Amino acid sequence: MAEVLVLVELNPAAGGPRKTTLEALTAARALGEPSAVVIGAPGTAAGVKDALAEYGAAKVYVAESPEIDDYLVAPKAEVLAQLVTSVSPAAVVIPSSPEGKEIAGRLAIKTGSGFLTDVTEIAADGTATQVAFAGQTIVHSRVTTGTPIYTLRGNSVTPEPAPGAATEETVQVTISDAAKATRVVERVVEQKSSRPELTEASIVVSGGRGVASAENFSIIEGLADSLGAAVGASRAAVDSGFYPHSFQVGQTGKTVSPQLYIAVGISGAIQHRAGMQTSKTIVAINKDPEAPIFELADFGVVGDLNTVVPAATEQITARK
Amino acid sequence: MNIVVLVKQVPDSGSERKLDPSDNTVARATADNVINEMDEYAIEEALTVKEAQGGEVTVLTVGPDTATDAIRKALSMGADKAVHVSDPAIHGACAPQTSAIIAAALSQMEYDLVFCGAESTDGQVSVMPALLSERLGIPQLSGARKLTVEGSTARVERQTDGGYWALEAPLPAIVSTWDTINEPRYPSFKGIMAAKKKPVETKSLADLGIDPATVGLATATSTVVDFAGRPPKGEGVKVPDEGDGAEKLVGYLAAQKIV
Repeated sequence: MAEVLVLVELNPAAGGPRKTTLEALTAARALGEPSAVVIGAPGTAAGVKDALAEYGAAKVYVAESPEIDDYLVAPKAEVLAQLVTSVSPAAVVIPSSPEGKEIAGRLAIKTGSGFLTDVTEIAADGTATQVAFAGQTIVHSRVTTGTPIYTLRGNSVTPEPAPGAATEETVQVTISDAAKATRVVERVVEQKSSRPELTEASIVVSGGRGVASAENFSIIEGLADSLGAAVGASRAAVDSGFYPHSFQVGQTGKTVSPQLYIAVGISGAIQHRAGMQTSKTIVAINKDPEAPIFELADFGVVGDLNTVVPAATEQITARK
Repeated sequence: MNIVVLVKQVPDSGSERKLDPSDNTVARATADNVINEMDEYAIEEALTVKEAQGGEVTVLTVGPDTATDAIRKALSMGADKAVHVSDPAIHGACAPQTSAIIAAALSQMEYDLVFCGAESTDGQVSVMPALLSERLGIPQLSGARKLTVEGSTARVERQTDGGYWALEAPLPAIVSTWDTINEPRYPSFKGIMAAKKKPVETKSLADLGIDPATVGLATATSTVVDFAGRPPKGEGVKVPDEGDGAEKLVGYLAAQKIV
């Protein structure tokens, strides 16, 4: 069976692989037998190997070096390119983070291949599905040159366990001087949150201009916490200074695709739709019955968020 | 300081955007075309560096003849001159091919810093700094929310989920900017008038030493097989809050087995 390389993305906060890695292992099975590739500091593979075995990794290539995390993107792309050259995989699947996309791009140049970013599905014949233009257009694409490289958008595929042997193979790491150009001096966490990461969460509760103030975002956070959800914000809310930019959902922010998206006080401008339109179920709460967000909503409440949301939070909490 | 800003003309993300069914490429000819929004932050940052350190800002764009509108916008903000790579053979080029064209153009220019927006609102691939870094052997400082340039070193705060990575690289380097980095200036009337007289050099693939057969739709490294509009959503339910909005909402979530 053809071998498909899957780059492992780590979860530095919680340890282990990010959920996107398990999604990538699942999606890769359409193309062949997935082998996981762990590139990181010494000891990294030990923390993720069990999860990789559970989700079908036949092999685990372990490329560990204390230098890898000292530099941006380039060392990982270099190691992955060496591996692609030596094992000639049928394809490479990478979780679609900013770093993952940059690794994919560099790998494409190094190996003379084509790459497709933010794919939501990969078919057995290699055709990938992408969502374009604010979610309005569904595109099917193929790589026509070299080894197909895909980055898989988070929450597009449901991770399914499938036992794999996870046989370890050590990869010798030598990083060229060229790959050491951009040094990562420090990784700074400014917002520690117990909430799930926005692009991984199965439920997202977002607030917009209608929330009216930064203080009032506690209403959004309250509903999110009652549902175990991530918190998002529209561009209008972020531009008004109600919530930090890293939580922005939309064209110039994050694209999310959760099971449930609750839009509170969000009118539904195209800029916002671009980031949430592919959510499975959409619920909207807005006092304006004509707000375009209702065109997308499976269920909408026309009312004042300041009374509806706290009451809903209370009832959800009471049901537990 | 020689500064180059990469600018892309894109269909306005606020208008209807389409693919052209004849060859599955972005329908640019019929679109409401504007400068890529994120590029304005790159231009602003380039002008800020120039104002602090002296030098010259050159706009570089690859695109059809209509892309001159995007170039004029950048010049009216304060960039000094422009290079416009335009060639019918480029139509349908993929990201790796486009990066080869930009890299070839940059190789004919002097640069200490190259800027671009962190993403284009049409393709949203967001990897041009990585591709150019790979091709030109210069460091990438991508996804910046803050930049400082001291002597021959550039430092960037790369925006991440819930924080940032502090990056450092020697010049020349390529920096991509998010909309958190600055507030782009509006072109003044004087700037708009001055832009009309600023030099714009047009280059073909032959000028860059690129064989037209190696770029464009026919040889692109990936291809769009087909596309379709998103199937319309079924009619949703919209209820008024008559003191029972929360109950109705929670009732719906319960029916969906969410709570």
